[in-house]
Amino acid sequence: MGSVDFTWLIGGPQGSGVESGANIFSRVCAEMGYQVFGKREFYSNIKGEHSYFTVRIADKKIHSNVNDVNLMASFDAETIFRHYDEIIPGGGIIYDSDMIEIKTDAVHTLDAPFKERLHKELESKNKPFTIAGVLEIVKEKGVLLFPVSFKSILETLSEETENPRLKGLVRMFNVIGVSLSLGLVKMPTDSLQKTIETIFSKKPEIAKINQQTATYSYNYAAAKFENFDYELTGTEKEPGTLLVQGFQGTALGKMASGCRFQPYYPITPASDESVYLETNEILEIIEDRPGSIAVIQTEDEICAMGMTIGSALTGTRSATCTSGPGFALMTEMLGWAGINEVPIVITNYQRSGPSTGLPTRHGQDDLLFAVFAGHGDFPKIVYASGEIEESFYDTGNCFNYADTFQVPVIHMMDKFHASSVITCKRFDTKKISINRGKLLEKVEDGYKRFEFTDDGISPRSRLGMDNGIFWNTGDESDETGHISEDPVLRAKMMDKRMSRLDLIRERIPKSQQVLSFGVEDFTIISWGSTIGPVLDAIDMLKKEGISIGLIQLKLMHPFPGDYVASLLKDVKTIIDIEANHSGQLGKLFKQNVGRDIDYFILKYTGRAMTSTEIYDSLKRIVENKADKREILMHGA
Amino acid sequence: MALNPAEFKTDVHNDWCPGCGDFGIVNAIQMALADMGVQRDKTTIFSGIGCSGKTSHFINTYGIHTLHGRVLTFAQGAKIANPEMTVVAVGGDGDGLGIGAGHFVAAGRRNVDMTYIIFDNGVYGLTKGQASPTLKLGEKTKSLPSPNTNSNVNPIGLAIASGFTFVARGYSYDVKHLKDLIAQAINHKGLSFLDVLQPCPTYNDINTRDWYAGVDLMDEAQKRHSRIYKLEEQEFEPVVHYDSEVEVNEKLSQALIKSLEWGNKIPIGVFYKNEITTPYTVRLQDKIPNYLENPPAKQNISKNGYSNTDISKILDSLQV
Repeated sequence: MGSVDFTWLIGGPQGSGVESGANIFSRVCAEMGYQVFGKREFYSNIKGEHSYFTVRIADKKIHSNVNDVNLMASFDAETIFRHYDEIIPGGGIIYDSDMIEIKTDAVHTLDAPFKERLHKELESKNKPFTIAGVLEIVKEKGVLLFPVSFKSILETLSEETENPRLKGLVRMFNVIGVSLSLGLVKMPTDSLQKTIETIFSKKPEIAKINQQTATYSYNYAAAKFENFDYELTGTEKEPGTLLVQGFQGTALGKMASGCRFQPYYPITPASDESVYLETNEILEIIEDRPGSIAVIQTEDEICAMGMTIGSALTGTRSATCTSGPGFALMTEMLGWAGINEVPIVITNYQRSGPSTGLPTRHGQDDLLFAVFAGHGDFPKIVYASGEIEESFYDTGNCFNYADTFQVPVIHMMDKFHASSVITCKRFDTKKISINRGKLLEKVEDGYKRFEFTDDGISPRSRLGMDNGIFWNTGDESDETGHISEDPVLRAKMMDKRMSRLDLIRERIPKSQQVLSFGVEDFTIISWGSTIGPVLDAIDMLKKEGISIGLIQLKLMHPFPGDYVASLLKDVKTIIDIEANHSGQLGKLFKQNVGRDIDYFILKYTGRAMTSTEIYDSLKRIVENKADKREILMHGA
Repeated sequence: MALNPAEFKTDVHNDWCPGCGDFGIVNAIQMALADMGVQRDKTTIFSGIGCSGKTSHFINTYGIHTLHGRVLTFAQGAKIANPEMTVVAVGGDGDGLGIGAGHFVAAGRRNVDMTYIIFDNGVYGLTKGQASPTLKLGEKTKSLPSPNTNSNVNPIGLAIASGFTFVARGYSYDVKHLKDLIAQAINHKGLSFLDVLQPCPTYNDINTRDWYAGVDLMDEAQKRHSRIYKLEEQEFEPVVHYDSEVEVNEKLSQALIKSLEWGNKIPIGVFYKNEITTPYTVRLQDKIPNYLENPPAKQNISKNGYSNTDISKILDSLQV
């Protein structure tokens, strides 16, 4: 059997069960031993606009999506109009045969710019502006069509099960689409039944209807359609494989790292993390009574940040979770945490800016903002996770950095992380070390919170601690924390705080600052979620005998300039890949390493990069055919 | 056991203007804490920005001088994480009712067991006397280029509408009365609000000490008629005694009506008190049964330098 690398796409109006359909599909594939990389795309809308999920599965570790779709399950017209050109020859489209005559103009959620492009394309190929028109195009290309009347499936099922309600139950369309797909690729059915049972474990009646529908649809596809080339019959499952959603990495990391307080204000794509934490607010503690995390929904992000700091002052590991607009509101307080040396973690799930931007879409737009956030000079750490699996362990590191250096830590995540569903190795809590730095258990007489010390870090008391009274102020202060405007003391205090930056670069292990995946003549610098598709693109090129290096930056601030320079000293061509317009990492690199970026591969459509498009650009660079700025555009 | 108020004083030089009403408030806080015998290291004063923001530096407990308008956010975070602490938040009327008004309202809805004192003088002192949210429409204090173009906010009314469960007003030159109010506020189980009328001798030349004392209302016999009077001397009953909508609404409405009195008769004392509404800590305990006995600040999070949190059941549910 050849290696499996298969991409499935399901689309439909928001609220029609696209996400749960994709969850069932992903889980079935993962149960059958495949590695999964899924990604959800959706509008800033509750019901009706187009959303879709691409799930790539393989029998080896994968880190990204690709452009090519092998099978699309659609149950509305819009999905076909928007995605028909992504299906490759030999691939297939499952569609509702009752919709064949639907015109583009009848789909009100098709926006004008898209419709204009589509009409142009249909016109050039001399096709009508209907589903039939686009299907003709794909058919000519060699895509297989699998027409199914979703309505008559429900009707037949309703008769067979003597359940008249089922006849009009259009919300079963997603399960029909998933099951037809699994029948087509001959995925063994027991995992489908098991998965539905797990997902609807609290609603046995609904589980039963879904299982009946699934069985019927699966058999229907398996019996009716025989000419599909792809067979996914399962592979050996890696023991200890998790199927996780992106936001679960940092959430589980927070639980394990001892974060016990998280106030937050709702914002996409960050709130899922907080809601998940609250759902799991009571924690099991080894050999101790239960612990808990207090998750507080606040009136705004300013309050979330204020509460985080207030709680951190009591010695509690405290964090908040937000996205760009919310983080913008937090920045005044970030400086307060900076001057008062308060350890907090801000998990920042970036999205496309500026302003409200594309509120449900991806972007790595806020790197420079995070690095320079807050007025005045103060030390902070900006730390970025690459893959979701990493984010679990990085969360632990972020809390240790905050405690040991007594600085605010901004943990950079993004929408691509948050709405991805992936398989990875089970998280290992034994690897989560807890280092509280100079947090005191007992206070001696004459305590001064901001005492000058050899390494510039003062022992830290906590509110409510016996004998540990201290003062904080956003003003400049003396060692006790009382306001001082003395010029000499001011300079000394600034020096004390800012010396932290060198200390951070010195004390954080190099392996946590930068990950090197090899250095070649052509070497990429990149960061955050873009690392996944970059890794896969490098792998694709390697198969063609082209070796490209990769340096992943994790410690974004203070920037490890000297270390990065030493790693890249023999590199001839430096390529910066990131999901923003200005090449923000490239700017930091130039500032700290003093070297120009030779090529940028950038994407700012609001959609995450696929490995395919990075591969294409890298190939152009290697062949000396590329633009200085390669701008990627894939994705609906 | 009552302590000596001197124990609650720091040796930080107090740079408020001579005659400032703030002195009376900080003295009253120190006296109340001493009277109550609170443990200094189990008490935190949070303060906002402005003249009143310096208060935390003058009191010998934990003292956190925060940001303009944000004092309640820090204070609530600390109190929720460590509920055994006594928490008092202080700030000016511009701080709490202007830039911080959103937090004021939201804090009322939460009802965290702590005390919030507003130093209410009608002006932004430290920026040289601009109009603050409690200055009346059309009034022109000393440094305003033209009369105030905004209407004033009613702090007592806003507190009542927002859900504060103890609402009172004090006067900074009646320190003994104020001290008693502060002690009542701290003892109250829930979020307490104290609006303290505090003349700013430098910038507010309308609501002066003499004005409150009613010097301008002197009669022919040269007898002053103080504008300030005490609610408790008028048999005003502010307490919600039982859990019924009628009772609560009646106490809320009479407090609101009282809060509208101004001019020649200004009430001080307790306007509203309701211990039937659950404090936030109780609401948290309903979700997290051992919250009060093992709150965030008391939890042990490591064993031999590694995580002691067992997330294996959650991981099991994610495992395929």
